[in-house]
Amino acid sequence: MIRYLQYLKSCAGCVLRGGRNYYLWMGGLFVLTFLGGISWYHHIADGLGITNMSNQVSWGIGIANFVYFVGVAASVALLIVPAYIYRIEEFKAVVVLAEIIAVISVVMCLSFIISDLGRPDRLLHLSPGLGVINLPSSHLAWDVMVFSVQLVLSLYIPAYLLYKRYLGQAPNLAFVLPPVMLSMLWAVIIHTVTAFLLSALKSRDFWNTGLLAPRFLVSAAVSGPAIILLCFAAINRYGGMRIADRVFDYLAHVLRVMLPVNLFLLGCEVFTELHSGTAVTESARYLFFGLGEHTLLPKFIWTAIVFDVVALVILLVPRWRQQPRLLYASCALLVFSIWVEKGMGLVLPGFTPSPLGEVVEYVPNASEIVLTIGILAAGALLFTAAAKVTIAVQTGRLRLQEGDA
Amino acid sequence: MTPEARLGELVRLRLGRHDTRRGFLKTALAGAAVASASTACDGAGVEKLLSKHYLKLTDEDKRKLFARIEAEVLARSGVRVTVGDPQPMAGVEFVHALDLSLCNGNRRCVEACARENNLPDDIRYLRVVEVDAGTLELANAEHAYDPELVPRSGKNYLPVQCQQCKKPPCVDACPVKATWVEPDGIVVVDYDWCIGCRYCQAACPYYARRFNFREPSIEPSRINPDQAYLSNRIRPAGVVEKCTYCLHRTRRGRYPACLEACPTGARKFGNINDENSEVRRMLERKRTYVLKEELGTVPRFFYFFG
Ligand code: SF4
Repeated sequence: MIRYLQYLKSCAGCVLRGGRNYYLWMGGLFVLTFLGGISWYHHIADGLGITNMSNQVSWGIGIANFVYFVGVAASVALLIVPAYIYRIEEFKAVVVLAEIIAVISVVMCLSFIISDLGRPDRLLHLSPGLGVINLPSSHLAWDVMVFSVQLVLSLYIPAYLLYKRYLGQAPNLAFVLPPVMLSMLWAVIIHTVTAFLLSALKSRDFWNTGLLAPRFLVSAAVSGPAIILLCFAAINRYGGMRIADRVFDYLAHVLRVMLPVNLFLLGCEVFTELHSGTAVTESARYLFFGLGEHTLLPKFIWTAIVFDVVALVILLVPRWRQQPRLLYASCALLVFSIWVEKGMGLVLPGFTPSPLGEVVEYVPNASEIVLTIGILAAGALLFTAAAKVTIAVQTGRLRLQEGDA
Repeated sequence: MTPEARLGELVRLRLGRHDTRRGFLKTALAGAAVASASTACDGAGVEKLLSKHYLKLTDEDKRKLFARIEAEVLARSGVRVTVGDPQPMAGVEFVHALDLSLCNGNRRCVEACARENNLPDDIRYLRVVEVDAGTLELANAEHAYDPELVPRSGKNYLPVQCQQCKKPPCVDACPVKATWVEPDGIVVVDYDWCIGCRYCQAACPYYARRFNFREPSIEPSRINPDQAYLSNRIRPAGVVEKCTYCLHRTRRGRYPACLEACPTGARKFGNINDENSEVRRMLERKRTYVLKEELGTVPRFFYFFG
């Protein structure tokens, strides 16, 4: 116990010490997080009326971000496969970092959801024992369940591995392998349950398609590796730890395979929706071409598609993808394009037109955007801190000294 | 489907002999449901911290709770209201029927409903839309027509409100069982239990549910003092609400406010189990239809051409 407190103390020390640029970066993130916190406070104190959501479009940017980061959390499993199924050493070294990305994504998801509730003060109504949980009927209740498990899993795995490393002991595989294997399965589960949450709604033709769950998985296999690759590149550059080229090659390879599949599935969807031309495809028309004077979403979705294609070309041409700068640029394009495709481009058309045929356009307002930026900044802040500790422990700079215990 | 067949369907469903995929899921997972229901009882110590689900309130709880709500309204707006809790009547299942050949789109029902149910200006339970004669396609419906200029030639009017479905997707959606079907067929919301996730709004195919984006403000002079806990009491901010067939009236033998306000007599309301009721006669004799029948929600709201 004392040893553990000692460990936490040295972790805190590690987070608090750093160079000037580190302080600038963390300070900047802290300011953004703080601004987001103020906006969150207003969401609670003044009610969701301060957002641009309406009865017609009753979910907005918060749910879009939630759906997006579910994908990021789940995609981390892609790194666990080479580490624990193929047992490649270079990958084992990054499992902790990957799991940290997962747990932070889950925390961000929860923040996006909770800040989107009309009554966050009644969150306990969802808890077993104190509340009433509508199982097995409610897909949202299922989602809450699987998310809680995911949170525990992705907190436990990196925490255990790091602490062992700190103690200079080899991790006990019996404590690692089962949760790691489970977390791979769970990645598919949280994703599928979240997709079913939308696709099971017969009231919303746009979501009510069997293709939704596969598209979720595939698009996550694009946005996730893109974000992970960028995080790892940042660690190589600023973090004082060398992540093997092999890891980058692998991530780029995943992108190269999954991006065309993603585009293919998108194409299938577009073809079926637009070719049938029935009234139930109005939502797709809204997304790709706009309805009447409401033409904001098409601008975003076409930009995203162009980004997808540009990134694909970079990834396919060996001479280009081998230049780190171009590779990173293509990842950045994909981070944005999937956010459009699977975030706003997925959530908003579900509500437009409304079930009674009304077209109301939703554009997030300043307070919603500030809140989003705040939660993103908090995620980056947490990641930087956690990555710093992880690197210090992994490289042996932070470990139990003789006499500490 | 013929009216007889539909009536048969309604009766069959009422007897609960339907089998659906989700029905299967429900049986398969009944264990889980039982488990969650049994763990859902309250711990005594925390009880005071939490409000209770309506269905777990004792008579004593209700008395205190309703008195507290009445006192709060009095303190806030100086109006003396009574919050009641009329119970469903045995053997009664309410159904609403609407004669589209009579409705002329004047929207009296919309405003009467708003006054009866203490709705703030930005919330209306009823939508009357204007559609071209010859179609009932909602995709081309006009929502913003001027009710002073009705009826316009070549147009029909279609009022839509909560259809009080027999198999309501919103009730399945709610993660905390804050909304359910009462024995008389009315879908209600426990405004003190709802967490405001709005999943039910996404699940409703009829755009029947409204969210209180702000603390509802109603001019004291317009507050209807005759209130019920599950229907028209003034809602807190951040929760969902909807049409309750005016259960504080209808469970006491009165008609819903929309029906009473309708100058054309287009609305019929009553107990489907009563062979002599007007709605039962309409269902048996008229060519009726329900909105979005293909979704299998089995509405307790019928339209017909008289
Ligand atoms: S908004 Fe309220 S009633 Fe609707 S699903 Fe959420 S908790 Fe249930």
